[in-house]
Amino acid sequence: MLTIKNLHAEVDGKKILKGINLEIKRGEMHAIMGPNGSGKSSLSSVLAGRENYTVTEGEVIFEGKNLLDLSPENRAREGIFLAFQYPVEIPGVSNLNFLKTALNEIRTYHGLAPIEAKEFLKLTKEKQQLVDFNANLMNRSLNEGFSGGEKKRNEVFQLAMLDPKLAILDETDSGLDIDALRIVAAGVNKLRSADKAFMVITHYQRLLDYIVPDFVHVLYDGRIVKTGNKELALELEEKGYDWLKEEVHQKESV
Amino acid sequence: MTSDKSFFDFISNGLPGPELREDADNAILPARQLAFSRFRALGLPSVKTEEWRYTNIQRFLKDSFSLAQEEGTITAEQLKTVNTKIPQLDSYTAVLVNGRLQIALSKLPAEGKITISKLSDAANNTQLQLWFDKHPHLQQQPFAALNAALFADGLFIEAGQNASLDKPLHIIHIYTTAENAFIQPRHLLVLHKGATLEIVESSVGMNETAIAFVNSVTEIILEENAELWHYNLQSSEKNSRHIYHTSTVQKADSRYHHFNFTLPSAELTRNNLSVALTGSNTETNLHGLYLATDEQHVDNHTFVDHLVPNCNSNELYKGVLLDNSNGVFTGKIHVHQDAQKTNAFQQNNNLLMSEKASINSQPQLEIYADDVKCSHGFTVGRFSEESLFYLRSRGIGEEAAKTLLVNAFAFDITDQVHIPALQDFLSEKIRKYVSGAINN
Ligand SMILES: Nc1ncnc2c1ncn2[C@@H]1O[C@H](COP(=O)(O)OP(=O)(O)OP(=O)(O)O)[C@@H](O)[C@H]1O
Ligand SMILES: [Mg+2]
Repeated sequence: MLTIKNLHAEVDGKKILKGINLEIKRGEMHAIMGPNGSGKSSLSSVLAGRENYTVTEGEVIFEGKNLLDLSPENRAREGIFLAFQYPVEIPGVSNLNFLKTALNEIRTYHGLAPIEAKEFLKLTKEKQQLVDFNANLMNRSLNEGFSGGEKKRNEVFQLAMLDPKLAILDETDSGLDIDALRIVAAGVNKLRSADKAFMVITHYQRLLDYIVPDFVHVLYDGRIVKTGNKELALELEEKGYDWLKEEVHQKESV
Repeated sequence: MTSDKSFFDFISNGLPGPELREDADNAILPARQLAFSRFRALGLPSVKTEEWRYTNIQRFLKDSFSLAQEEGTITAEQLKTVNTKIPQLDSYTAVLVNGRLQIALSKLPAEGKITISKLSDAANNTQLQLWFDKHPHLQQQPFAALNAALFADGLFIEAGQNASLDKPLHIIHIYTTAENAFIQPRHLLVLHKGATLEIVESSVGMNETAIAFVNSVTEIILEENAELWHYNLQSSEKNSRHIYHTSTVQKADSRYHHFNFTLPSAELTRNNLSVALTGSNTETNLHGLYLATDEQHVDNHTFVDHLVPNCNSNELYKGVLLDNSNGVFTGKIHVHQDAQKTNAFQQNNNLLMSEKASINSQPQLEIYADDVKCSHGFTVGRFSEESLFYLRSRGIGEEAAKTLLVNAFAFDITDQVHIPALQDFLSEKIRKYVSGAINN
């Protein structure tokens, strides 16, 4: 589904991604871990098309298309969804109106008619229950005055509504209380299917107890320095990142 | 016309003018003559005139204009094609062509407590004689003086004590002229005690090539406890130039809600809005939304005059400036020494959507009372790239995303509009002009 080859990217002249290679197939759940500032959010930003990142080398193929040639909206329409680490507040844009616009823009792209009001309502209800998203929040301005956890839930609610092929969750678990974490994780598990894939960025093994990953990658200094299965997350939980950093530095000096 | 002098010559040649002769025996002729000498004394403003610093009015007066103020007729068929329709708006209508009421084209409410007529037909009305050209703020306005001297006709509305209508009155101002013309309509609205009215005004031009320079004056009197919802939609075509004066007097316990919506494409719009609070416990809400494209120049001058204690005024003007457009906002608040317990708030926010667009904004607060709450603020910003990216990352194209954001920016204003049809109309206009500017 997604192939990242030797991806290099910089922002404001600073090199951030330094040769990422990653292959994500349908049905797979990939977890990305790594110390603060290692480039996890940057990777997701580059995939979603944030414009202040410049790709200097490498390529990204998504469903046979060169992803880097597409505008952010067309990437979303092709089926990429990024749940933001820091969702933006947009006063004056109602959550519902925003979602309807998004849904219809995606439908138009695929040659479908705008969604019927009734159908939209039904879908909203269903997905809102799936992630236990407070119905009162839906008529409010987008994320305005939402608590940290409410914002994260809104990201997952949007994910459920837009039903992408590849969902990138950037620290969706941070800021959620223990119950919310379980509910959101259960929601994500329900959205999992054989033709969809997930890339979950997290600092905590706890999330991976609920959402069991097929692969765990460690990003450090703009590169994936280790890939393993869910055991790797347990190992990191126990030992931290120092041993990995040392490994990297030893390799570099060889 | 290139200089002051030739403009005066040109105006003087129009005097005494056919209209003046026509109503030579009516009561307002002396007032007209007085107004003309006032205009002479004030002189034609230039960029050196403080009030006109950012609007070079002489540039817009260079062309030659006819002062004749032709009747200008339109048929019912033509009216249908005029771009004043507000879909779904259920209202009475008063259609004016070049300032003259067209009864046959209008749908006026049945006769009752509310009188709607030509101003010329009300020449002997006591209210007209009482209020004509008396507003204190009009005395210093050269173009208002010119209007008083030369106006052809306008609308007279008088709402009797406790009168109200079951739906809004939509006043459609149509300006049509075969040659460049200087058109000067003049209106007077008097709401007696406890009367309530909801008025929507739209101004449009029907000219292909000729320039319509409209210099209009609207005087409004709100007697005790009267309430007026006043929406002014300005969406004339490119070759229109407008100077609007709206001057309101508010007596005790009255409420005035004014909305100025300036949309494309008139090349010049200058709004002089002033409210004199002469009675206590009044409420004044002034809302403005200007969305300008191309080379449009939109200048809003507002003046809230707190003369007595215990009045509340609240002003919010928002601007969206696209292409090469220019905005000017000057908000004057004068709190007189006696006007204790005044609450006066003013805010002007602007969204610049192009590198070439510009805004000049200045508050002018003059506060001579000590027990008051007053504030003002001004912001100018561009689109938040973060917000834009967030929307786009959900599949929303740039055009739709920007439309959402502009609508969100304007929301504080449009949300205050009490007529849903007008709200829809405005958000559709925003959509149209924002996407138009993006696709340019
Ligand atoms: N606009 C920018 N200008 C300069 N440096 C930047 C900019 N944006 C990000 N960076 C830097 O890029 C590096 C990677 O940041 P990124 O947000 O991708 O880290 P992360 O792995 O997501 O960290 P965290 O776990 O804290 O979320 C950091 O050192 C950060 O300071
Ligand atoms: Mg991050």
